[in-house]
Amino acid sequence: MRKDATAWNPYVAGALSGLLAVASVAVTGKYLGASTTFVRGAGMAERIFSPDVVTSLSYYLKEKPVIDWQFLFVTGIFLGAFLAAKLFRDFKIQAVPDSWRQRFGPGAGFRAAVAFFGGIIAMFGARLADGCPSGHGLSGLSQLSVSGFLSAAGFFLGGILMARLVYGRK
Amino acid sequence: MELLIGLCTGVVFGFLLQRAHVLRYDKQLGALRLQDLTIVKFMLSHIIVAMIGMYLLSDLGLAKLSVKATVLGANLLGGLIFGLGWGLVGYCPGTSLGALGEGRVDALSGILGMLVGAAVFSRSYDWLLTTVYTWGDYGKITLPGATGLNHWLVIALLAAAYVLILRFIERKGL
Repeated sequence: MRKDATAWNPYVAGALSGLLAVASVAVTGKYLGASTTFVRGAGMAERIFSPDVVTSLSYYLKEKPVIDWQFLFVTGIFLGAFLAAKLFRDFKIQAVPDSWRQRFGPGAGFRAAVAFFGGIIAMFGARLADGCPSGHGLSGLSQLSVSGFLSAAGFFLGGILMARLVYGRK
Repeated sequence: MELLIGLCTGVVFGFLLQRAHVLRYDKQLGALRLQDLTIVKFMLSHIIVAMIGMYLLSDLGLAKLSVKATVLGANLLGGLIFGLGWGLVGYCPGTSLGALGEGRVDALSGILGMLVGAAVFSRSYDWLLTTVYTWGDYGKITLPGATGLNHWLVIALLAAAYVLILRFIERKGL
């Protein structure tokens, strides 16, 4: 295990985020989630180039390209992380993560290409499962939803499999 | 107002994720390589607190649960596909934005890929509705609902199981 002297205890931070999730449900009735926002975002981007697409595809009619609670929640994650990183002198521009560099070298183009490709697959899967590690993993498991347990098992099984393929047995 | 609360909730969540250092690729892959389970510690602590809080609110009539439908084909297949992509990109949808916020610019490629993935999915949705989404559709079920057990008993059992998992992780020094 790598020691992070500057990081907060993950149990404390995790429990606080759990309280945040409960407060969110109490105040607005909203459960944490992130991946639907990517559908809305994709719809907004597509609307610029061809407005017909957004009004004809049933999935964009189901998840309309509008700014809603979750869209701002996801935007907030970006801002909150930026704020915390700056406040605690943790902000670091980095195009190639450390463990990736050890395995594949410093090429930023290759890393970007794999991240892009992985992103396509991950989001397709998340939308098929109807949630990501926030919606299914955190909110689903917290509500004891059967779909949460099944999806989370899939997330980690697929992830461990791919990590093994990328980094080898170690 | 609701939008503003959403933004504030996100800011606090992003702050906590960053402070626990769970946003970065190295931590996400550390978990998937079973070498550094920091994100599992974060998630399980979150879940233990949230399941008690949410069911308390629900019992008191102060909130409504919002359970996603269980469809074996979609949950399992989608989950597996997500996992395979997650192992490549090293960020999940929520943490990708946070990782970008702390300066990990490869997350931007991941985010663009995710937007493309959402566009691809939108074009497959009608076909999936007639196939994968019909495989094992059980509706919006929970563990207490499916087993007939009282929800507090299920919560107590799961909390005990999660604590045991966390103790095992700590003993192994992960």
